[in-house]
Amino acid sequence: MPDQVSFELVTPERMVLSELVDMVVVPGTEGNFGVLPGHSLLVSTIRPGTIDVYQGGTVTRRIFVAGGFAEVTPERCTVLANEALAAEELDRAATEAELQVIEGNLPSLREQVARASGTDRERLLTELARLERDRAVAQAKLQALAEAAAAR
Amino acid sequence: MPSLKDLRVRIRSVQSTQKITAAMKVVAASRLRRAQEQAEAARPYAQRMQRVLGSLAARMAGFPGAPPLLVGTGKNDTHLIVVATSDRGLAGGFNASILREARRRIRELETAGTRVMILTIGRKGRDGLRRDYGRVIHDSLTDVGRRHISFEEAQEIAERILVLFRAGAFDSCTIIFNRFRSAITQIVTAQQLIPFPVTAEGETADVPPATVGVYEFEPSEEEILGELLPQNLAVQIYTALLENAASEQGARMTAMDNATRNAGEMIARLTLNYNRTRQAAITKELIEIISGAESLRAA
Repeated sequence: MPDQVSFELVTPERMVLSELVDMVVVPGTEGNFGVLPGHSLLVSTIRPGTIDVYQGGTVTRRIFVAGGFAEVTPERCTVLANEALAAEELDRAATEAELQVIEGNLPSLREQVARASGTDRERLLTELARLERDRAVAQAKLQALAEAAAAR
Repeated sequence: MPSLKDLRVRIRSVQSTQKITAAMKVVAASRLRRAQEQAEAARPYAQRMQRVLGSLAARMAGFPGAPPLLVGTGKNDTHLIVVATSDRGLAGGFNASILREARRRIRELETAGTRVMILTIGRKGRDGLRRDYGRVIHDSLTDVGRRHISFEEAQEIAERILVLFRAGAFDSCTIIFNRFRSAITQIVTAQQLIPFPVTAEGETADVPPATVGVYEFEPSEEEILGELLPQNLAVQIYTALLENAASEQGARMTAMDNATRNAGEMIARLTLNYNRTRQAAITKELIEIISGAESLRAA
């Protein structure tokens, strides 16, 4: 059995990372999970959060992902992320502003959904789902920033 | 026989046309390179997605509760055709070949008694189908990926399609686009999007095949598929748009290369004609002078 995991992080637009690592910790929808060599076969959805890459017992990279999927086999761990950026690139002020806009828009959209029907309703529901997803991403970004600050 | 001046004007005009086509060719070539790089960069995600989806879908397809995006709605009354073209012309047969295929499919489906719905992407698709099929065009999108096609745009299109699908507006869906082979060859492709056909197509040498074995799923298989399938729709559309963008630039590059060459030939022919005409005029004048002098001396 190999003593490292081949870790790949891909977004729809490009391959972000492909390297051999000792361990990765992935934010699964049902809780974080660590992937070491020899992990059992697993497909999981990912919630917005940070992926920690470990080399020799220390975190070498922290990458923020905005949800997606992970496929794990004994040899590799493939993360299909909707969006990925290095944790250091997170911008607190911009994220907070974004969150405020989203939360300002949510109530009126919810109201519209309650009143609409047919195709219109489907469209608004999709829009609502998108906005709620954006909110979860923004919240997760802030949380990741808070964690990073606490660790320092 | 055109006069010398007429010829001069024509040569000048062909020359300026040639300048334009040559410039367009250079622009298309540089855009083509960028489009190809983007398409290349997007490939890993699509391939891996296909792998995960393949291993999941194969297990789910038989279940009665399988999602309609994968197994269809159980009927085939209405078919949505997504016609992906470009906003601009002057790209050789790029748009014409897509439209020809779209027309063929529409006729085929209508003969079989299926209702057809059309969603066009790009001005040329809208303009080309509006006359004959205006009544079945559901919507037309233009200015998609003007400078750069982002995944977000593909996602928006996918969401539009999903909204219609969930509302029961259609049962199956196909996208027609040009697959990029080279700057000279583009292949018109019709790809089924809904229900999504699970094939081994995505497996290539650089992606290890799905490991045979029993996967664990977190959360359930149904929930993962519920997220994976819409995402996959967006990825398929994104891939198609990227292929189309590369094809468009490739086709334009080739078309403009031909146009530049043709203009060159035309200039050469006109110049020859011009010189001959000029020479003829000179000769004529000489003859007149000489014969005038001759007749004076004889007298």
